[in-house]
Amino acid sequence: MRRSPPALAAAGTAVAVVMVLPLAYLVLRAAEADDPLGLVTSDRARRLVANTVGLGLATTAFALVVGVGVAWLVERTDLPARRALGLVATLPLVVPTYVGALALKAAFGPAGLAGEVPGLLGFRGATLALGLSTYPYVLLLARASLAGADPSLEEAARSLGDRGLALARRVVLPVVRPAMAAGGLLVFLYVLSDFGAVSILQYDTVTRGIFLEYRSLTADRAPAAVLGVVLVVLTLGAITAERALRGRAAPPRAVAGRAAPRAVRLGRWRWPAAAAVVAVAAAGLGVPVAVVVYWAAVGSSRGAAGDVLVSAATTSFGLSAAAALVAVAAAIPVAVLAVRHRSRLSRTVETLSVSGYALPGLVVGLALVFFAARYLTPLYQTVTLVVVAYVIRFLPEALGSVHSSLVQVDPALEEAGRSLGRRPLRVATSITLPLVRRGLLAGGALVFLTAMKELPATLLLRPPGVDTLAVRVWTGAAEGLYAQAAPPALLILAVSALVLWPLRSGTIGR
Amino acid sequence: MPKPKLLLVAALLATGLAACSGGDDDALVVYSGRNENLVRPLLDRFEAETGIDIDVKYGDTSELLPTILEEGDNSPADVFFSQDAGALGELADKGILAPLPADLTALVDPRFRDPQSRWVGVTGRARVIAYNTELVAADRLPASVLDVVGPTWQGKVGYPPTNASFVAFVTSLRETIGDDRTRAFLEGLKANGAKRFDNNVQTLDAVASGEVELGLVNHYYLYNEFKERPDAPVANHYPGQGPDGEGTLVNVAGAGVLASSARAADAQRFVRFLLEETSQEFFRDETSEYPMRQGVTARAELPPLDGLRTIQVPLAQLGRDLEGTVTLLKEVGLS
Repeated sequence: MRRSPPALAAAGTAVAVVMVLPLAYLVLRAAEADDPLGLVTSDRARRLVANTVGLGLATTAFALVVGVGVAWLVERTDLPARRALGLVATLPLVVPTYVGALALKAAFGPAGLAGEVPGLLGFRGATLALGLSTYPYVLLLARASLAGADPSLEEAARSLGDRGLALARRVVLPVVRPAMAAGGLLVFLYVLSDFGAVSILQYDTVTRGIFLEYRSLTADRAPAAVLGVVLVVLTLGAITAERALRGRAAPPRAVAGRAAPRAVRLGRWRWPAAAAVVAVAAAGLGVPVAVVVYWAAVGSSRGAAGDVLVSAATTSFGLSAAAALVAVAAAIPVAVLAVRHRSRLSRTVETLSVSGYALPGLVVGLALVFFAARYLTPLYQTVTLVVVAYVIRFLPEALGSVHSSLVQVDPALEEAGRSLGRRPLRVATSITLPLVRRGLLAGGALVFLTAMKELPATLLLRPPGVDTLAVRVWTGAAEGLYAQAAPPALLILAVSALVLWPLRSGTIGR
Repeated sequence: MPKPKLLLVAALLATGLAACSGGDDDALVVYSGRNENLVRPLLDRFEAETGIDIDVKYGDTSELLPTILEEGDNSPADVFFSQDAGALGELADKGILAPLPADLTALVDPRFRDPQSRWVGVTGRARVIAYNTELVAADRLPASVLDVVGPTWQGKVGYPPTNASFVAFVTSLRETIGDDRTRAFLEGLKANGAKRFDNNVQTLDAVASGEVELGLVNHYYLYNEFKERPDAPVANHYPGQGPDGEGTLVNVAGAGVLASSARAADAQRFVRFLLEETSQEFFRDETSEYPMRQGVTARAELPPLDGLRTIQVPLAQLGRDLEGTVTLLKEVGLS
């Protein structure tokens, strides 16, 4: 491989530095606390960690059971209308957790629309809200594994007399196990970083502890930084654990183009199974949509301020679009270095650039608030800093798309361009760019979508007079003003659906 | 790249930049511990009347106070509109607030402003015990707020321990009954299974729904609840009113101008605007708080401020050891 051009190396390094700087500063800031170790081992910190891990495990279990169950029904059985049901069951993906939580509380919380369900606030409600928003990730991954698995394994097992549970344990489970590990990790990380749902449903997790420390009326915010570091350590621990689990699993054989295995006949369970899938999708998507539409209608009949909504929507779109553009632009040098100029430098840059994946939004926000208030005062309390937070958090999404589309471009094409006398920049714009365009667009769209739903970093970083849709949902929900929270929530749902629709072939995994 | 794509990118960039100009550089910056629904109509009127643009950072007082402390001289804030005298007192003690003109502070009863004029009360809020009228007969109500830790009320009390108004109430307890008895009271609350909520609204909702029977909140949340649910079974009880009662805390939401502000004149104009009769009547009608401008009367449903037995602690004292109160709450495990 050729040596990386200095400009490219410099750009990649700059991206990596921006990515790690805030976290590094957060660690320094945490070390300023009077007794950081004492804080970490305090009863309160231990309770927060235990609550968070417990919620993470419960939610992951919920998402795995529902996700793998629905995937199996859709891929392997004679479930009625299984293609349509498979799509419907994926749709709760567009519901941000805080919208799901808001809907549950407005429907079944104290004085809820549909009557109060005791015990909703706290652990159970949080598990439900988070589980319903996250099981589609497991579903997508498990479906992809099942669809790609070699059907002869199942047929062989069947011919040897395995039925029901035995078949599931010996053949189906090993096939979906990598998907369960990857999906489970995704869900667990989601729970660790969630702030909106646990706040609305009042369950004390580490993120909520950080926020309470952050606004504890005292000047000393080092305890918030300490908890932030604790959360990052938890996240890294989860990633490491998943790597270890995945390493032990034997990769199942995947083959393309083989006939799917014979569908399992559900018999009299056919319709109840379909009803169960519909019920899950209804809880995950139907309840939020119904509640939000109801409150939006009630709110507009009371003359809720439309101009506020328009201004929040404009801000959300603008910030997310800016984040998408910057993230894709920042992903390009990193991906080019990684794909075309492999070296120790390029590997380091790539690793650091995906570190945002392990950083919960609240931690990114906290680190940037601290850093900017002291050292970047011109940027402090500007929308630029909000965009920086989004880019740090969501660069891995852009990088994934850009990277994978660049890998598919044959370097020989670029060589040919150069040998015909074109300058490198001209080669990039006339040959490479058209070939990776789709990847750039997909990466940009993903960043746009996730940035638009982002809550905790926005909450900490937004300048005076700037509100996003997500922030409006949150402030409305926190004060129990559902009519105020509903219209922005509805808008988020609608835009998510619009953005996800063209991406669905990519997300559904085949 | 084909032209339509370029146009799309340009359009996206333009929206991004348009959003970036959302925060106006020349605007007066107000950090408001009071929520947007309440403050926004006032701001609109102020902007229309004076031509001065305002940008507001909304948040809980308990978030905005440390933010101002963290920002120090770099703070973009010109005015701090706080839910709580304690937060204003702390900023005043640290030299962060500049004195206000005497003719401005003279509009307000000396009990409800800083003796050195660095902040002034805008509206008053009494600490009450809100109770569910279907579950609690009026003659069973605790005479003193200290009585809610008894076995009668086990698991039946709700309170928002991290709310700035609650913290101020705890500070006032420390000033009246001392740290040891305050600690005992807080530990009693916890041991008695009192339920914690994030804020006053959630606490009062829980009282209305019967999840708890009593809620330690400010007086005006009741009227807020009635706007949403006119038939909610809730009422306010003012503790400590008997002949030997210790009284109840009447705190203020108030405002101060930051010493670091480059726009002190406009900032003072805004504080003055908050104390204009029209604004004071707006607060009274919208929030049911006590107007602080002398001569503007409170709502008829409220016990008159002059007849209310208030605790013997000057409001300026609430900010003197905020840190100590927060530490106490943490030690007891309530925050």
